[in-house]
Amino acid sequence: MTGVEVSLRGLHRRYGHVMALDGLDLTLAPGELVALLGPSGCGKTTTLRLLAGLEDADGGQVTVDGADITHVPSNKRDMGMVFQAYSLFPHMTVRDNVAFGLKLRRQGRTERERRAMEMLELVGLTAQAGRYAHQLSGGQQQRVALARALAISPKVLLLDEPLSALDAKVRAQLRDEIRRIQLEVGTTTLFVTHDQEEALAIADRVGVMRDGRIEQLGTPTDIYSRPATSFVAEFVGLTNRLTGTVTSGSVNVRGCVLPLADPATPDGQATVLVRPEAVTVSQSGPITGTVIAVTFLGASSRITVDLGDAITVLAQLPTSDATALPAGSAVALTIRPDPVLIA
Amino acid sequence: MAAVRGLHARRQRRLNGFRYVVFTVFGLFFLLPLLAMLRFSLEGSTGGSWSLSAWGQIASYAGPPPLLSGVEITMELAVITCVVMLVLLVPTVIWVRLRVRWMTRLIEALCLLPLTIPAIVLVVGLAPIYRVIRQQFSLSALQLFWVYVILALPYAYRALAAGLEGVDVKTLSEAARSLGANWFTVIWRVIVPNMRQGVLNAMLLTGALVLGEFTIAYLLLYTNLQVTLFAVSRGTPNAGVLFSTASAALLFAFVLLLILSYVGRRSGRQSERSKVSK
Repeated sequence: MTGVEVSLRGLHRRYGHVMALDGLDLTLAPGELVALLGPSGCGKTTTLRLLAGLEDADGGQVTVDGADITHVPSNKRDMGMVFQAYSLFPHMTVRDNVAFGLKLRRQGRTERERRAMEMLELVGLTAQAGRYAHQLSGGQQQRVALARALAISPKVLLLDEPLSALDAKVRAQLRDEIRRIQLEVGTTTLFVTHDQEEALAIADRVGVMRDGRIEQLGTPTDIYSRPATSFVAEFVGLTNRLTGTVTSGSVNVRGCVLPLADPATPDGQATVLVRPEAVTVSQSGPITGTVIAVTFLGASSRITVDLGDAITVLAQLPTSDATALPAGSAVALTIRPDPVLIA
Repeated sequence: MAAVRGLHARRQRRLNGFRYVVFTVFGLFFLLPLLAMLRFSLEGSTGGSWSLSAWGQIASYAGPPPLLSGVEITMELAVITCVVMLVLLVPTVIWVRLRVRWMTRLIEALCLLPLTIPAIVLVVGLAPIYRVIRQQFSLSALQLFWVYVILALPYAYRALAAGLEGVDVKTLSEAARSLGANWFTVIWRVIVPNMRQGVLNAMLLTGALVLGEFTIAYLLLYTNLQVTLFAVSRGTPNAGVLFSTASAALLFAFVLLLILSYVGRRSGRQSERSKVSK
């Protein structure tokens, strides 16, 4: 199944006084995996549910492959969905769960069985075909749910925080597996998550949502390295907030002169957003302080430096460098001159 | 350490003793009247003697109305009432859970209403309706199912709602819908199999109610098993028949419910086993 183009135009959805979606526009290219990322209540799940037809939009249009499906009921949309909660039918075996959608499409028993086993092979669970949901782990249940969603060869695959109930290790494994399978079957996919790492790792493009709108839509690299707004910068990855002085298109932060992402920023005092990776330890940096904590992250470590006056700054260094800087060490810091955003 | 263990053992013994006492008291409370009823139904014509004549009179009773037709009509009524109750209530309970959760209390209150209305008041209210039913539609006692469905509401609704408690109706129905199921399929093939115990309990309670119902049938001038048994006991000078018919009615209901319960549970287990061995 090759992917189809999905387009959401001016979607509105209101719950009482709360505007969940405020004119959302989003287009997914054929075969693309777009992740919607954002804080709770930003409208990402609502977007997915409107696309699935599980809720009705107050306004706007949903098209799939050019066809308007805004008012088509969910059972006629041909979309596979994996839910946050475990959604396997408890009274059916794994095989029956996967074959359920095919049975509804009146496929013959032999064909159903063949397709179900093919899908279970894709998610590596053929040995569990005869088991029930309560006999599977959380990760296995979500794999089966994925196989079930894919078995019907959906036009669009919808993933509603499918990894959030799993432990960290299984989550990372399944995340990679979802991406592998998505690339293999080529289905256009919308993935909703509040986990930035998950979104950045899995998606072709990431849409960061805020108050019912997409604040920025771009590749993971763009979102992380060139955030369009301070909200995106602060939501995706850790960010230092440092005071600086803006002068004609650049900003001076404690002696480090940095270019501005928006050169039109008016001169004066401003809060500058700086990534921890942009802060480096140097012999004679203009910023001085004392290390107050070192957080081991594996290959890299994060050090927290006290600059005095209750101001701290985070710097991310290779662990080999960070081990030479125990808490209490005096350090000099400098900031890499990447374009920065003003909060 | 040994002293603590001893204390625990004493407490456990005391707790067990208390349990046995409670169980025995309540057991006797329920069993004694039944045993007394059975005892009187076996009373001979002279004091202290035993006889099966009271039971024999039930067996030899030829009517009118015939006993077998009473059994038949009551069983048919039980089946019809169960089916209508399930058709009405299962989608309602699921719909309330899915779409109008705020109406749960209201629906519960409505379903509990029949409990608060005495049978005689119900009959007074229903009599004109049944007069129309008799004149326009049918004289059959099967028409009693309308009122029996209302009477069964409180028990059946609670049983079904309890059966649905452990089921994530929203997620399961949305999953099924996204796979292409219409609402009938969602209810029939996804939700109901997961609330099998609730459905079985609702059927047992509804069946028990229909099998034991006398007042409304009698007052509305219909003949069901209970009315027939009443006719058996009324038409004889042998007081023991009164007790034998009551015991027979109780046994009949008990055995039927036992069979229904056994069959329901067995078919549930079988379907699970067959799926495991597939």
